[in-house]
Amino acid sequence: MSRVPPSTTGAAKKDVAKDASMIKQKEMMAAHYDRLTSAKENGKKVCSTFVPGNLNELIMCFDLVNNLPETNAIQMGLRKKSGQNVLEAEKMGHSEDVCTYVKSDIGMMAKGNIAPNGKPFPDPDVLLLSYTGCFTFMKWFELLREQYGCETIMLHTPYDATGNITKNMRDYMVKQLKEEVIPKLEKVSGVKFDIDRLRENLKESAKAEDDLVHVLQAAKNRPSPIDAYFGGIYYIGPIFGAFRGTKDATDYYAMLSEEVDERVRQKLGPITPDGPMGEEKYRLVTEGPPNYTSFRDFWKMFYEDGAVVVASAYTKVGGVYDFGFRHDPVNPLESLADYCMGVYTNRSLPQRIDMLATYIEEYEADGLLINSIKSCNSFAAGELMIMREVEKRTGKPAAFVETDLVDPRYFSPSNVKNRLESYFQMVDQKRKGARVTGAAA
Amino acid sequence: MRTFIGIDLGSTTTKAVLMDDDQKILGRGITNSRSNYATATQVATQEATVDARLTLLRRELSDVEGVKGKLDEFLDHLNRNFRLEQFVEQLGDLEATCIENIDGPRLKGVEKEVQVVIEEVFKRLREEAPELFAPGAKRKSDFFRDIAGSRYLAVGENVAKDAKLPFDLVLNVYDKSIIDVENRPPAGDMSAKFLRALNRVLAEAPEFKAAKGKVEKPVKDALGIELEDTYTVGTGYGRVTLPFSKEHIRSEILCHGLGAHMMYPDTRTVLDIGGQDTKGIQVDDRGIVENFQMNDRCAAGCGRYLGYIADEMNMGLHELGPMAMKSTKSVRINSTCTVFAGAELRDRLALGEKREDILAGLHRAIILRAMSIISRSGGITDQFTFTGGVAKNEAAVRELKKLVQENYGDVTININPESIYTGALGGATFARRAVEGDQTGVEA
Repeated sequence: MSRVPPSTTGAAKKDVAKDASMIKQKEMMAAHYDRLTSAKENGKKVCSTFVPGNLNELIMCFDLVNNLPETNAIQMGLRKKSGQNVLEAEKMGHSEDVCTYVKSDIGMMAKGNIAPNGKPFPDPDVLLLSYTGCFTFMKWFELLREQYGCETIMLHTPYDATGNITKNMRDYMVKQLKEEVIPKLEKVSGVKFDIDRLRENLKESAKAEDDLVHVLQAAKNRPSPIDAYFGGIYYIGPIFGAFRGTKDATDYYAMLSEEVDERVRQKLGPITPDGPMGEEKYRLVTEGPPNYTSFRDFWKMFYEDGAVVVASAYTKVGGVYDFGFRHDPVNPLESLADYCMGVYTNRSLPQRIDMLATYIEEYEADGLLINSIKSCNSFAAGELMIMREVEKRTGKPAAFVETDLVDPRYFSPSNVKNRLESYFQMVDQKRKGARVTGAAA
Repeated sequence: MRTFIGIDLGSTTTKAVLMDDDQKILGRGITNSRSNYATATQVATQEATVDARLTLLRRELSDVEGVKGKLDEFLDHLNRNFRLEQFVEQLGDLEATCIENIDGPRLKGVEKEVQVVIEEVFKRLREEAPELFAPGAKRKSDFFRDIAGSRYLAVGENVAKDAKLPFDLVLNVYDKSIIDVENRPPAGDMSAKFLRALNRVLAEAPEFKAAKGKVEKPVKDALGIELEDTYTVGTGYGRVTLPFSKEHIRSEILCHGLGAHMMYPDTRTVLDIGGQDTKGIQVDDRGIVENFQMNDRCAAGCGRYLGYIADEMNMGLHELGPMAMKSTKSVRINSTCTVFAGAELRDRLALGEKREDILAGLHRAIILRAMSIISRSGGITDQFTFTGGVAKNEAAVRELKKLVQENYGDVTININPESIYTGALGGATFARRAVEGDQTGVEA
């Protein structure tokens, strides 16, 4: 029997297995794009902002509709449209080494700025840059400011080098929120800021965050009922995007949480696009985003070999909740500040190492897999060092694959598969290595 | 006896190693991969089996009067005559296939004449065959296709001319037939061929006349040992195309790591430079892979880089190393792109640099790439084992030694003359472990 996986591109769409929460999630994402593309006809103003450090609860206080360019790039990647957008951006002069989220976004704008629902995106009325560690975001918004000439707000998040958020750092951020962000948002939207409204939104956020953490930590079970990386991408969609702080998100996470609890009760593994996953053979922790242009092929390389991701750093880029942080209605602005400073992208290498090593221990993982992103200089730098340090601390084997976010040219299936297979076999060897006696000739 | 087979299906060649219960290598076989991995597997395995018989013969004959003290020579005679027997057998197959293939519009009306010519060609090929396999005779290749093809061309042209028949008709029949024959491993009984070879040796080699009556029994005993195909493990790029179940497949990274460990148990770092990829592998004291890195998206610094350069310089691949060894200074060459390296090469030639100096620079460029991959995998820890086709290139080895010394100080560098079999050896070891219940590297 041939072991070459049939391509899942395109044709497989009709018989992809989904659970109920996934269907709801899709509906929410569709509703988001409809709301966004009809914003102008409904008299709504639009705020573009980024996922890490996004202030959705605050944005909603001004009746602004939230538009997230990286999410758009991901959607284009999943729909296999990012390749053309990237080429378009390169034609405009953006170099091959530039972040492909940026190029997909810029290329998409050049090609008519059409949203996944087929309607044009509205121009933003305000650009809110919450700077949380990715310097490319700053350059990206400079380009957007050039394009749209609209109000731009920069919220500077101090780098969290040590894991100690000081009062000074928090005060610095709250001051910016009070003196810069909120006044400008009031001006753009014409809506007066109401802190009680913010508190209400934060209350919803905290509920959804509780359920999200519950879902992600369900992966500590054996078998894990979820895939915390590929499946995790779906789970984080609403809370990382335009839904955090909404009732919709609270409902979604409550539903997801029940669904996952039921899977735990039944001792079921994750649902994959090809149906329920087979026997769980490898439990992995991952660092780095997935590849979106070959998302399903990439995932398949894991599940068809029985590999499940039990914890991933990437699903924390829009907020780290599993070490206790929750949005806090009692201290609204302070908690927004803490949220921004705590997101994964704002953490130093030693903190990332701590987190990954902790995951390996707490989720009883077999090792660490890094998917290093060709065009992401901010986060791919240092990943080899992270890998070595995590190996050293946990004694578990690690491996390194290299792909890209949304540039289809940088996904080489045979190469990635070769490395993954080698890694899984390496884990086998390691795991059973204790039994080897005198193997040497 | 039980045997464990490892097969490494590389992009260029397919290698097989046969191992016995004591983890001793019984035999090695190699063939061109010919984009038909199923046949390549059969041929390589058969070659390894022939080699294994020679090992068993060596064991049986070590104390036998008449060959004692000159066993290497005796086995060399036996091997050559066995090759001759096999060659003649395959010629027979090729002749029969050619005659079957005398049809088609171009041959209409001349079938009889073509057949006469072909039979004459094969008669002459059989007559001259012993010369090809005589002691000291040089053959450009050991692959049947290469030997038979070149001789068919030479002899066929003369015979066709004498028969006043256009040579291309005779060639056409050969072209139609050779692929079939090449893809059919020699089918005849191996023991019978060995015994016929033995008779030739005893009849023809005066120094072994005295052995007559003494060697037949041990030879028959060695040939009589049943080689049971106990477990096979496949690795390399062609592995997924084989009808192997998953338990019989290992990644080449694990196989190279374990193979290097079997050759040099103190190995901790392995560098493998093959045709299409370069791998840096870290192994522990049991040969278990701890970490690895390989080239991605770009094959600069692999064996093919040298192949490309050889083409650019209109030289044979095996001539590059020796020429580079003559250099007196190294010319700096771009190490990140094969195609650019070709452009740089022409540029340097135009500037009047000497070919040997440019080649030395190219070898350094390859090794610089490899050093970067090794660094990514965790650097070099003593001992360091270099494997793959490029390990046979002395200029590459010289540059490697220099760079290892500069970057890591004194490190023992192991290069095994049989390093091309490293992956297959690892595979055979996995096969043995699987049967021994030592499940290291085997899925539960």
